[in-house]
Amino acid sequence: MSESKSALLSSDICAEIDHWIKKYPAERQQSAVMPALTIVQDANGGWLTTELMDAVADYLDIPAIAVYEVASFYSMYEHKPVGQHKICVCTNVSCMLCGSDEIVSHLENKLGVKMGETTSDNKFTLKEVECLGACGGAPMFAIGREYYENLTTEKVDEIIGKLN
Amino acid sequence: MATITIDGKEYQVESGQMLIDVADDNGIEIPRFCYHKKLSISANCRMCLVDVEKAPKPLPACATPIMDGMVVHTQSDKAKAAQKSVMEFLLINHPLDCPVCDQGGECELQDVAMAYGSDVSRFAEEKRVVMDKNLGPLIATEMTRCIHCTRCVRFSREIAGMPEMGATGRGEHTLVGPYIEKTIDSELSGNMVDVCPVGALTAKPSRFQARAWEMQQRAGIAPHDIVGSNLYFHIRNNKVFRVVPKENEAVNEVWLSDKDRFSYSALQAEDRLTRPMIKKEGQWQETDWESALKFVVAGLKAVINDQNKTLGGLASPTATLEELYLFQKMLRGMGSDNIDHRLRQIDFSDQDMAPLFPRLGQSIAALEDCDSVLVIGSNLRKEQPLLNQRLRKAAYNRVGQIDESIAADVMLLNPVDYDFNLPIAEKIITAPSQMVEALAGIAKALSNESKTATDADAEKLLANVSPSETQQNIAKSLLTAENASLLLGQLAFSQPDFAILRGLSGLIAKLSGAKLGYLSEAGNSAGAWLAGVLPHRGVGGTVVTQAGENANSMLSNPLNAYLLLDLEPELDSWNGTQSLETLKQADFVVSLSAFKTETMQEYADVLLPKALFAETSGTFVNAAGIWQSFAGAVSPAGEARPGWKILRVLANLLYLEGFEYTASDQIASEMRSQMLENIVPDQENAWSLPEALPSANNNGLQRLTEMGMYATDAMVRRATVLQKTTDGKQASGAHLHPDDAEKLNIQDGQSVLLEQNGRQAELNAVLDSRVSPGCVLLYGGQSETSTLADWYGAIQIKVL
Repeated sequence: MSESKSALLSSDICAEIDHWIKKYPAERQQSAVMPALTIVQDANGGWLTTELMDAVADYLDIPAIAVYEVASFYSMYEHKPVGQHKICVCTNVSCMLCGSDEIVSHLENKLGVKMGETTSDNKFTLKEVECLGACGGAPMFAIGREYYENLTTEKVDEIIGKLN
Repeated sequence: MATITIDGKEYQVESGQMLIDVADDNGIEIPRFCYHKKLSISANCRMCLVDVEKAPKPLPACATPIMDGMVVHTQSDKAKAAQKSVMEFLLINHPLDCPVCDQGGECELQDVAMAYGSDVSRFAEEKRVVMDKNLGPLIATEMTRCIHCTRCVRFSREIAGMPEMGATGRGEHTLVGPYIEKTIDSELSGNMVDVCPVGALTAKPSRFQARAWEMQQRAGIAPHDIVGSNLYFHIRNNKVFRVVPKENEAVNEVWLSDKDRFSYSALQAEDRLTRPMIKKEGQWQETDWESALKFVVAGLKAVINDQNKTLGGLASPTATLEELYLFQKMLRGMGSDNIDHRLRQIDFSDQDMAPLFPRLGQSIAALEDCDSVLVIGSNLRKEQPLLNQRLRKAAYNRVGQIDESIAADVMLLNPVDYDFNLPIAEKIITAPSQMVEALAGIAKALSNESKTATDADAEKLLANVSPSETQQNIAKSLLTAENASLLLGQLAFSQPDFAILRGLSGLIAKLSGAKLGYLSEAGNSAGAWLAGVLPHRGVGGTVVTQAGENANSMLSNPLNAYLLLDLEPELDSWNGTQSLETLKQADFVVSLSAFKTETMQEYADVLLPKALFAETSGTFVNAAGIWQSFAGAVSPAGEARPGWKILRVLANLLYLEGFEYTASDQIASEMRSQMLENIVPDQENAWSLPEALPSANNNGLQRLTEMGMYATDAMVRRATVLQKTTDGKQASGAHLHPDDAEKLNIQDGQSVLLEQNGRQAELNAVLDSRVSPGCVLLYGGQSETSTLADWYGAIQIKVL
């Protein structure tokens, strides 16, 4: 009775998702759910709406709830609008022992927002994440797809300054 | 075979089983939350940890396959310590306020905590709180109590076939629910309440009404579909507070459809008839049983004693076998063979060739082993939820097997493209008038390929038929399957071409070697046939020399007197308006009913208050032919009496012979012995083929009628919670294909006027692409459509 929900996805997005679907055996297109969500999220300014998740479910022919489960499990998927730069600060054991608390409070003071919030100019979103697998360079954070390691408050100022 | 030792005792067990199954089979108690024998294994709660020798750590019994020589301890210090620790973790976030929880007293977590947990909590930190979700009118939530066992999630995927529930989020932020704001719409949703081991999901209608230990549990049988699900009534102070399934692998496994579970609220319906009522000089008055029965006897005698006067009886197939048997015995005792229960049928032309009773043709469980099934005219999933569940298992070929080639082909021939929760191999969606053509095509394809010789008549009939590709595929699937079945549903039974549909189905069954099964109307349709509530057959299929009038004829040509059992003919029959008008013309109408309505008072002269299914003892015969007897669970409302007692006393007062029963089981055993004395050859494979195929009438819009899922009998219609479900609400309005709507310039939701043979009804249009073009789908059993005429035939529709 309803229109196809995947109509929400542009042909470019569909082509990109198809590229991932091809990597898996036939009839196993559900394996492409994570890259599909990433593609759709990037095209939507960094966050997912329920409609977009439904569209992915429809496109991959899997139940909507299965997509919600994946999208809510992983911290790289956002369910609220985010700023231009998403700063994902690791606060797991290695980073914490190497001083991530200081990095966090410095960032909060500098940007004037708490963890999980976005600056009023929509430039930065601060996010606490679990281990990003760069313990050798702790403390660290990631902005977009870029990792910044061995952070100090000065280094943080420099990185933020460049982005500003 | 493997030999394993559990708690010092040796067991010889089948290899490949899980440890927990072996323990369960041998009465060894292992605590568990996430494990459920009908669901897949997830092993996430860790409550079933046991100590296995040579394994360094305790192992979860639900996910540990047994091995020869395995030595298991369920009570060792290691096992106990593991169980106690898991219990402590599970209780960290679970509120410890059982006295205010609806599950208290029947809670698996509470029981296991008492047996395996610690007596005090060491956890002094804050517990997490989870917001509740509105899951609709049937399931109440208290998600803070959820322990993430995911039974409901697995149930919704694996059994209900509607993945509505999920576990979203991660770690401590995991939430079980539908994520979005959404009601749970499965027709089996009530089972989620049963599988939930804690008070997170509870039954909304009975929530906070009674405590488990205050209620008594009495067994019963569900009357609403042909499965005859086994159930328990939970009763306090003579009131049914809820209904839960009773395990019976051969019938309902451990499940219960929402229709059977939640229709008990009708026992307390506002319009229950609690005292006998008679109409004297046009005025209705309540009276006592004695005067009411005298009034009935006088009225009936006036008809019996007059040669020129006619008497007829109509009964609902939801009545018990005992009631139905006495009903026909009494009418036949009064010299009338005008007896019927088939109010939703119009074509009776091949009734003499009908099988002994409309049977499934196999056991209910055998449906799981089918390789190929063609469903003809049935919204199976909503009509018979638990039969659909068996077919679903066949289609997925018993969870876990991925090889599609061994799964069953489920195929459909339906006038409406109903939503199924199983893979459909082939489907033909066509107007009812073209279903004959489709079956003829399948038969033709079979006769081309089959080795069984077609008889000359059939060959002549099919001479000019050329099967389509789909029809050929269906034929091929039926023919190559080892175990094939045809299932003829209500949308075939109610059609004017029923005999031809049945004949062609019979031919297809013969040519393909498939079984022909019938999905009849109600819980005791089989019983009604066996008891002889038919104009042409007596008890056990004995032939009546001079057949009486059938239901349709009785309801279109007035008789002088009528006896009605459990019926609301305006809603229950093929042409409600005509039925009403006919009944109004009768001199004398007696209605044995559990309810009183204004309509009843328009046509009846006497209303006798009859007990409902939980209130009487009796027997229902299900589609597999199993006789299931039950005792009354509560006493009838007010002065209502069990139907068999009313009929017995009436017969006594009429001085009819052979009505000296003191208990209902005497009636059933009398019927059984009569069936043994007069064994009638069962015409399982008899049908008739027409001389020529009828030409489909495609002029204008055709009406098509389906009984609303929650409107199938007087009781369900009064189950208010079911009416509030998505299925309940969906069964209204005039549904038509968007293409037809465009042609007629009708918008969705617009008010339209339907006209049929001069009769009118005003409904809202619903644009519904499931409906075959050229058809208007209306729902029967609803007052909004009861002012129209026949269930099938030409209909006009215009915008108001």
